[in-house]
Amino acid sequence: MGTIVFFYFAGVIVATAALVVALRSPVYSALALLVMFFHVAGLFVTLHAEFLAIIQILVYAGAILVLYLFVVMLLNLKREERFQHQLTVGLFLGCMLFAEAVLLVAKGKTSLGMNLPAPGEFTQLTQGNTESIGELLYSTYLFPFEIASLILLVAMVGAVILTKKGILEAKS
Amino acid sequence: MDVPVSYYLVLSGIVFSIGLVGVLIRRNIIIILLSIELMLNATNINFVAFSSYLGNLSGQVFVFFALTVAAAEVAVGLAIIIALYRHSASINIDDFRLLKW
Repeated sequence: MGTIVFFYFAGVIVATAALVVALRSPVYSALALLVMFFHVAGLFVTLHAEFLAIIQILVYAGAILVLYLFVVMLLNLKREERFQHQLTVGLFLGCMLFAEAVLLVAKGKTSLGMNLPAPGEFTQLTQGNTESIGELLYSTYLFPFEIASLILLVAMVGAVILTKKGILEAKS
Repeated sequence: MDVPVSYYLVLSGIVFSIGLVGVLIRRNIIIILLSIELMLNATNINFVAFSSYLGNLSGQVFVFFALTVAAAEVAVGLAIIIALYRHSASINIDDFRLLKW
C-alpha cells in the first residue's frame, strides 16, 4: 500500500517537474509547479512530516507561487522563446549528473566511503510532529533560527531597493 | 517505513536533474527561477526522507531553513527580474550579456 502511494506521488512529481521545464507559457509552468508542490506535501505526509507538509503548501503554494504569477502577469510578455541553442549539451549534462547520483546511491555507500547508519525510530512520537520540531528549533537551532530572520530582513530590504525607480534604468 | 530510502534518493535525483536541465536550456528568466525552486524541492525531499529513515528530526528543521532561503531568493530574484524588465523590456536571458566579454 505504501509503495503504491509512493509511486503515485513520485510519478506525478516527476511528470509535473518535466512539464515545468518543457511548457511554453510561464503561467502554465507555474501551475504545473503548484501541482508538484501539493504532491511533495503529500509525500511529506507519508514520511510523517506533517508540519512540513502544511508549511510546504502555505509557503510555497500560498506565497511563493502567487508571487511568481503576479510577476508573470505584471510583465505581460508577448514574445515567447523557448529553448537555448545549447539544448543538447544541457540535456546531456543533466543525464550525466543523474547517472552519477544513481551510481553513488547504488553503491550503498556515501561519497566518504562510509556505510549508511542503521535506521532509527522517532523517540518523541508521543508528542506530535509540530511540538517536537518547535522544541528542537528553539533549543538546539536557536541561533540559526535568528539568522534566518536576518536573511528574511535582508531579502525584504533588497527587494524594496531593487524595485525602486532609478536604480537600473538605462541612462537617458 | 516500507519504501526503501534509496527510492526517495532516486526521486530527488530525478527532480534535481530536471531542475538543472531547466536552468541550462531555458531562455526565460522566470522559468529559470522556477527550475531553481525545483532543485530546492529535490533537496527537501532528500532531507525529509533521511530524517524519517534515521529517526532524527534535525533534517526537518533544515528543510525549514531551506524554505526560508527559498522565500528570500524568490523575493530578491523577482525584484531583479522586474528591474531587468524596466531596464530593457525583456526577460530573455540572451539579452543580458553585459558581463560577458
